[in-house]
Amino acid sequence: MIPSTGTETRDDSSGLGTDLVLRASNVSVEYAGSRPTRAVREVSLELRRGEVLGIVGESGCGKSTFAYALTRMLRPPARMTAGVVEYYGRDGEVIDLAALSGDRLREFRWNKISMVFQSAMNALNPVTGIGSQMDDIFRTHRPGMDKAARRARAGQLLEMVGIDPRRLRSFPHELSGGMRQRVVIAMALALEPEIVVMDEPTTALDVLVQREILDEVERLRAELGFSVVFITHDLALLLEISDRLAVMYAGQVVEYAPAEQVATEPLHPYTRGLLRSFPDLRGQRREMHGIPGNPPDLREALVGCPFAPRCESVFEPCREITPPLRAPAGGWPVACHLHDPAHDDYSSEGGR
Amino acid sequence: MRLRYIGRKLGFYLVAAWIAITLNFFLPRLIPGDPVAVIISKQQQTGTVPLGEADQLRRLLGLGSGSLAGQYGQYLNSLAHLRFGLSITVFPTPVIDLVRQAVFWTLILVGIATLLSFALGIALGTVTGWKRGSRLDAIVPATTLLTAVPYFWLALLLVYLFANTWQIFPAQGGFDPALDVGWNGAFISSAIQHSLLPAITLIVASVGGWLLGMRNMMVATLAEDYVVAAEAKGLTPLRVMAKYAARNAVLPSVSGFAVSIGFVVTGQIVMEQVFNYPGVGNLLFAAVQNQDYPLMQGIFLAISFAVLGANLLVDLLYGFIDPRTKEA
Repeated sequence: MIPSTGTETRDDSSGLGTDLVLRASNVSVEYAGSRPTRAVREVSLELRRGEVLGIVGESGCGKSTFAYALTRMLRPPARMTAGVVEYYGRDGEVIDLAALSGDRLREFRWNKISMVFQSAMNALNPVTGIGSQMDDIFRTHRPGMDKAARRARAGQLLEMVGIDPRRLRSFPHELSGGMRQRVVIAMALALEPEIVVMDEPTTALDVLVQREILDEVERLRAELGFSVVFITHDLALLLEISDRLAVMYAGQVVEYAPAEQVATEPLHPYTRGLLRSFPDLRGQRREMHGIPGNPPDLREALVGCPFAPRCESVFEPCREITPPLRAPAGGWPVACHLHDPAHDDYSSEGGR
Repeated sequence: MRLRYIGRKLGFYLVAAWIAITLNFFLPRLIPGDPVAVIISKQQQTGTVPLGEADQLRRLLGLGSGSLAGQYGQYLNSLAHLRFGLSITVFPTPVIDLVRQAVFWTLILVGIATLLSFALGIALGTVTGWKRGSRLDAIVPATTLLTAVPYFWLALLLVYLFANTWQIFPAQGGFDPALDVGWNGAFISSAIQHSLLPAITLIVASVGGWLLGMRNMMVATLAEDYVVAAEAKGLTPLRVMAKYAARNAVLPSVSGFAVSIGFVVTGQIVMEQVFNYPGVGNLLFAAVQNQDYPLMQGIFLAISFAVLGANLLVDLLYGFIDPRTKEA
C-alpha cells in the first residue's frame, strides 16, 4: 500500500483492492490563470479501510486542493488535469470518481465520502435550524424515510456526538464552536459513509475543545469503522491520530510513512524541519527551529527538488534533478536524493 | 423571549411615531409665512374681510389657537379623532378623505409594482448569480442601464410609444372618468388597464437595482463554506441554490425592501405627474402648489406612519428570516 509518484508505482504485497477503499493515482490539479498554478503535482495515495491517513504540510502546499479533488469538489478555476481516483466499495464495486456526473455524482456524495470542512463555524447554514439541515441530507439521499424516521435518526446522530437531541431545534449561532464542530461531524456520519475527509477540522478551536473533538472522532471511528483522510498543518496532532501520514510540499508528497516512523526517524529534511518547529511537551526543553525561506511559486516550472533552496542538507543533484518518491531498502517512500542509493557517495557527507 | 423582542420593537416605534407627530406639528409653524395670512391677503384683493375671519380660518384649518402648548394639545386631540382639518385645494373636503383616497390608489399601483419589481429582481439576481459567468450575465448591465435612465424620460418614452403611437394603454388617469366609481367589473378592469403602463415603467426602472444587489450577494454567498458543504452533501442544485445560497444572499435586499415599501405611500411624484395618476404624489404636489398646509401635514403624517409601519412589519418578519437578529 505504499505508493509513489509517476510510473514507478510499486504494487506490494497487501492484497490489492481487498482492504483499499480509495486510491488516488498521479492526481494533478491546476488553477487556471495566465500562468496556471500547479497546486497538486502527480500525487498518489491510498486509503485503507478503517485507517486514518494524515496529510500534512504548510499553507499552500496543496493539501486542501488535493482533498477537494478526492471528493470531486473542485470548482473552476481549479481543475483536475490528470490522474485517477477510484473508490472501492465493501461489496467489491469499483467507482471511478472522474466518470461520475449529475445525479450519480450527487448520489455518491455523502453516501460514500463525506467531508468535515475547514471551519465548522461556517459550514452550517446560519439561517436554518440544525435539524432542518440534517433533514436535507436524509430527504435527498433516503427518500424512503418518513418525517418521524428522519427526525429520530437526526436525534440519534446528535446523541452519538454527545449533544442533546433537543438541540435539533437550535440555530447554529446558538451553539458553541465545539458543539458546532460536533454537529458537523454528526452530519458527516449521517449516511454512514466509508470515508470522511476532514480538512483542518479543529484549527479554529482551542486546544481543549480540539482534544475533545479528536477523542470523539477516534471513538466514532472505532465504533463505526470508517476511514479518515485528516488534513492539517499540525504535524504533532497528526502523529498522534493517524496510522500513516503523507507530508506534502509544493504540491507533491515528499514522505509517506507510518506515523510512528515519522515521529522517531523522519527521512525527508522537510519533515525533520516540521518536527523541529513545534515543542515536545513531554520531552526535553530544546531550542525551536523554524524552516527558513518560503515555498516556491507553483506557477513556475520547478527544476530539481522544490525544497532545495530551504534545505539544510542540500547537495549537488538537488538543484538539477527532481527526486522521485521512492522507498529505499527497508524504508518507506521519500522524495529525497539523500536516500537514493545512486547518490550514496554524496549523501554520506550531506545527510545527517 | 419572543414577546420581549416584539415589545421592545413596539416601544421603539411608539417613540418614533411620537417624534414624527411632534415634528409634523412644529414644521409648518417654523416655516415663514402663515397660511391664514395667505388666504386673507387673497381675500383682501377681492373684497373686504369680515372681522374674526382669521380665527375662523384657523379653526377651519385645524391650526388651533392660544399658546404653543395649548395648540399642541389641541393638535393631539384632533389627531386622536382623526380630524386633520379641511383642505384648501379642494375646499372644503376634509383632508382625511383626500389622503385616504390618494393612499388607496397609490398603495395599489406603487405597492404592487414595488412588490413585483422586488420579486422579479431577486429571482433574476438569484439565477444570474448562481450561473455567474454565463451568458445570463448580460442581463445585469441591461437592467442597470434602465435604472440609470432618468425615470421621467423613460416614462414619457413609453407613454409616447404605448399610449400615443400604438394606443395599447390609456395615457393618463387612474380610471375611465366616464365610469361609476365602485367595486364593479367595468371600473376595476378600467383601473387595472390604467395602472399597467405606470406599473411597467416603475418595474422596468427599479428592477435593475434589486437584480444587481442580489446577484452580487449570491456570488459572495456561493463561496461560503455552508454552500460548498451543501453541494458536498449531494443535495440537489435547486435546494443548494434556494435554501443555502439565496436564503442567505437575500438578507441585505430584504432590509432595502423594508425601506422601499415604506416609501410606497410617498407615491411617485414624477410618475403620478407623467401619468396624471390620482395618488399621493399628485396630491402632495397640488398641496405644495396651493400652500395647502393642512393637506401637506396630513400627507406627511400618513407618509411617516406608513414608513414606520412598514419598517415595524419587516423588523418583525426579519427575526424569522434571519434568526440571528432576534438575540440582538
